Amino acid sequence: MLDLINLRKTFNPNTINEKVALNGVSLHLDDGDFVTMIGGNGAGKSTLLNAIAGVWQVDSGKIIIDGNDITGLSEHKRAPWLGRVFQDPMMGTAATMQIIENLALAKRRGQRRGLKPGVTKAEKDEYRELLATLGLGLENRITEKVGLLSGGQRQALTLLMATLNKPKLLMLDEHTAALDPRTAEKVLTLSDQIVKENHLMTMMVTHNMKDAIRFGNRLIMMNDGKVILDIRGEEKKNLTVKALMDEFARASGEEITSDKALLS
Amino acid sequence: MNIGSLISALPGAIAQGLIWGVMAIGVYLTYKVLDMADLTVDGTMATGGAVCVMMMLNGANLWVALICAVLAGMIAGLVTGIFHTAMGIPAILAGILTQLSLYSINLAIMGFKANQGINVRNYHLLVSSRNVKAIGIQNPIFTMIIVTALLIAVLYWFFGREIGAALRATGSNEHMSRAQGINVNRCKIIGLMISNGIVALASALFAQYQGAVDVNMGRGGIVIGLAAVIISTVLFGKVFHNFAMKLLGVSLGAVIYYIVIQIVLWLGLNTNLLKLLSALVVAIFLAIPYWKGKLAKGAKNA
Ligand SMILES: Nc1ncnc2c1ncn2[C@@H]1O[C@H](COP(=O)(O)OP(=O)(O)O)[C@@H](O)[C@H]1O
Ligand SMILES: [Mg+2]
Repeated sequence: MLDLINLRKTFNPNTINEKVALNGVSLHLDDGDFVTMIGGNGAGKSTLLNAIAGVWQVDSGKIIIDGNDITGLSEHKRAPWLGRVFQDPMMGTAATMQIIENLALAKRRGQRRGLKPGVTKAEKDEYRELLATLGLGLENRITEKVGLLSGGQRQALTLLMATLNKPKLLMLDEHTAALDPRTAEKVLTLSDQIVKENHLMTMMVTHNMKDAIRFGNRLIMMNDGKVILDIRGEEKKNLTVKALMDEFARASGEEITSDKALLS
Repeated sequence: MNIGSLISALPGAIAQGLIWGVMAIGVYLTYKVLDMADLTVDGTMATGGAVCVMMMLNGANLWVALICAVLAGMIAGLVTGIFHTAMGIPAILAGILTQLSLYSINLAIMGFKANQGINVRNYHLLVSSRNVKAIGIQNPIFTMIIVTALLIAVLYWFFGREIGAALRATGSNEHMSRAQGINVNRCKIIGLMISNGIVALASALFAQYQGAVDVNMGRGGIVIGLAAVIISTVLFGKVFHNFAMKLLGVSLGAVIYYIVIQIVLWLGLNTNLLKLLSALVVAIFLAIPYWKGKLAKGAKNA
């Protein structure tokens, strides 16, 4: 369970660059909820995920995950509850370390890191099997440096790392936006599969409305630091891109002439 | 120019190179593994010697003095780490601040004298330049090969552990490290402590080797350390992939550096110009990857 209570965040307060990025966001997610998030550029989607992850502290509001108030915790202390995949494939992995070393780092998320081996023998076999499920041939390259992988391979690896320990909340922030369409589709399908298999509570930001409708059981739309639309269940299943755009125009009180505004 | 004089100077160059190789391994850990330039080492490169020599002059056992020297270096690293992580001071400036304060502290340790001698005839020292041409275990080259091998073995072991992997991850991608629950500030502090502990060990050994500690002996040390790292990257980068081999490469880089210096001096360069030469060479080698990148970009755009 995730509860976001009236989250507020203003960047560069009291300067000409002042920006209210979160303007009182409240949201409740049940276990197993798979929420897709859409909204125009600068709506505050990434900011909301960063707030949950603890990249910086919010100005006010509360973040409660499974009854634990994590609002004041630093980023690395919240990490045990969270799995993240970023838009930039370079961001989620350590390029100068081996594939298995990256996985082993993720495996120890939330544990004290001491003088035990960085990667055990048993883990090697475990990771080889796990990588084989991706169908990318990575199981034969486990000791290669991650820097040698393609963007899609790195995102698939980051996804494995994010979900290795079954996080309470998985956060995907336009994680296929930097990939070519075929690879993007592959990584999306893989994400959906992992989420379903592990019954993960998930928030997925996408700029593609079709994907937002196609995946998950719930869809929210953000605008100007607020959640302006929250659609679930049957209603979500029957959504069309057209209906979504009309909703956006109505809810935000803005006219949009093409889906460019949402897609950009 | 007599080739004989060069050859007779080589054992000394090799021994010094091996000692500074230990120092360079310390620099490698911050510069390459943690991806931060730590200027504390210029100070620590005198602190270790000061602690070791003063303790031995006051009757301490060689090994106790060495251990205390290392601990003193680690404290210096801790201070820089706190400046950087808890006080938000940029890493370079944090190192400079510690380095500057160490100048006073080193003088205080040395009883407010700029140098203090320790004679190998009266004290049991691990390495001494007097034995540089001796045959047998008292030869500092031999001792330093063992010290270097042990150091590399310990570091290789450590960086293969969970905490060692966390340190490498911190240097590789801080963003990812935090997302994986790694306390990157703690890792940086630990890395700075290990690095400066190693530099202080090199300092203690170098003071013994020269039979004296001088408050200025670490000045420009970072440049020598970087030179060794760069020489090893240029010469062995393509062949040494394993972490232990890379550390060995750094040690060899320092030896090569000292041999080249010896040759340059033999060719008649004024000793006073050495630091200028070292700095220029390091600057050029640091620029090479940047220039290469520019060329590659230019080629792409063309
Ligand atoms: N760290 C930051 N510092 C200053 N402004 C920021 C920061 N992060 C986001 N913003 C601003 O907050 C607004 C929301 O950004 P973001 O959450 O990235 O939007 P998106 O919905 O496209 O992901 C934007 O105006 C952005 O410029
Ligand atoms: Mg965004």
